[in-house]
Amino acid sequence: MRAILERWTVFVLGVAGWQVATMAADDPFFPTPRVIVGRMYDLWFSGPATRLFLTDGAVGNVLPSLARLGAGFAIGVVAGVALGLAVGRSQWAYDVLDPVLQFFRAIPPPTLVPVFIVLFSLGPQMQIASIAFSVLWPVLLNAADGARTVEPVQLETAAVFRLTTAERLRLVVVPSALPKIFAGLRLSLSLSLILMVFSELQPGAADGIGFQLVEATTRFDYETVWAAIVLLGVLGYLLNMGLLGIERRVLSWQRPA
Amino acid sequence: MPGRATVRRLARGAVGVGLVVGVSEALGRAGIVHQDFLPPASTILARAAALAADTDFLADVRATLTAWALGLLIAVGVAVPLGLVLGNIPVVSNAVTTIVEFLRPIPSVALIPLVAMLFGTGLEMKLTVIVYASVWPVLFNTVYGLRDVDPVAKDTLRAFGFGRLAVLWHVAIPATAPFIATGVRMAAAVALILAVTAEMFGGFGDGIGIFIAEAANYPGGTTDTLAATVWAGVLGLLINTALVRGERRAFPWARPR
Repeated sequence: MRAILERWTVFVLGVAGWQVATMAADDPFFPTPRVIVGRMYDLWFSGPATRLFLTDGAVGNVLPSLARLGAGFAIGVVAGVALGLAVGRSQWAYDVLDPVLQFFRAIPPPTLVPVFIVLFSLGPQMQIASIAFSVLWPVLLNAADGARTVEPVQLETAAVFRLTTAERLRLVVVPSALPKIFAGLRLSLSLSLILMVFSELQPGAADGIGFQLVEATTRFDYETVWAAIVLLGVLGYLLNMGLLGIERRVLSWQRPA
Repeated sequence: MPGRATVRRLARGAVGVGLVVGVSEALGRAGIVHQDFLPPASTILARAAALAADTDFLADVRATLTAWALGLLIAVGVAVPLGLVLGNIPVVSNAVTTIVEFLRPIPSVALIPLVAMLFGTGLEMKLTVIVYASVWPVLFNTVYGLRDVDPVAKDTLRAFGFGRLAVLWHVAIPATAPFIATGVRMAAAVALILAVTAEMFGGFGDGIGIFIAEAANYPGGTTDTLAATVWAGVLGLLINTALVRGERRAFPWARPR
């Protein structure tokens, strides 16, 4: 309780300091947080109560961004975990594929956005593919690493109890790989946000928070630019907290890794 | 003299690289996707090899690496001293982790349009977003590592009459160094992503990202995009490998990862 109080005190003090500094600077380039929050309210959260106060702007830009993020993240995670567990369970497959996988992880994902544009043309598929690509590699490598380092005693016990392959995977391999997988998910989440925004900054993008952001810069509308940045920060914070919450629940049976 | 296990691992890794190149070659030649859209591996690798001797491309690589190195250096130069000072005062240390938690989730790509309006699209813009993205992992790991310092060791030195600075120098810094090194490695990867991304958005001057963005504008440029992406991946891989090796050598007692 004290920690939460302390944390929000720091937050309030930080915002107050920002307000004072921007008021003193009185520069249109750096609007005050009050103005930014006002703009956020006007743009996204002043809609009718029947629509959870979301405006057309929120439905037209924020929700599509989040939908693409969710789709890309889900595809990347499912593919990454499945392939990672498969690769990690075979020493031979791991040795063969590790250098290749390390290379793919080392590629800065935005460099492939032009290729995805050519392959999928502009639109949600290209954006989802970019996000999924950025999510895939950290999850895959961490899942493989986790599946590789299962305690031999646990596997031998499973063999003694004659567990089927499916049971062994569900009861032994997955649980011991989970902490590593979650570490990969945390990395992937911040990468996926970068790709979400970057794929929306592309000329020709039709909607999304990133689209609103870049469109506002062409009008020198600094308040909207700042509002979009703060919104992205809040979304990133909430998603991160959500992931940590899930991690804590799922891994509650063991000490945090 | 490398051991037999190492030789076998390297051989298997080479098989994996060959396998991936072979499969992508076959896919490219099979004509499922138009060759201009997804060229076969041999075309990409031949172009990548040609780029290694291309002075214009080498100037691009130099520009990207310069921005990367400068940005990372500034981030480390800011984050480590700040973390060491702030991490030693418990109340401030909590406040800092709170502020970091709120600022870190903002995807740094979102800052590119704003910073580009402020500084134009040159080195200053690149450095600003690189520093913003790479400060957090280093700062967070420094503060986090300081918390982990053995209190008995600190008290022992204090009991012998050593001052605050001596304790910091002889106990806290050596104990925190492995954590800082891990933070730097994470920051190095993010810094490369941001360097390339900022260049792709900017579009003038030298840089791997600019090369890629320009290649996307002419028909059949996908080969150039992918060849440059291969080099970006190789750079990322070399940087990561060098840092992991460095960590193992400098801190043999702390297992990286």
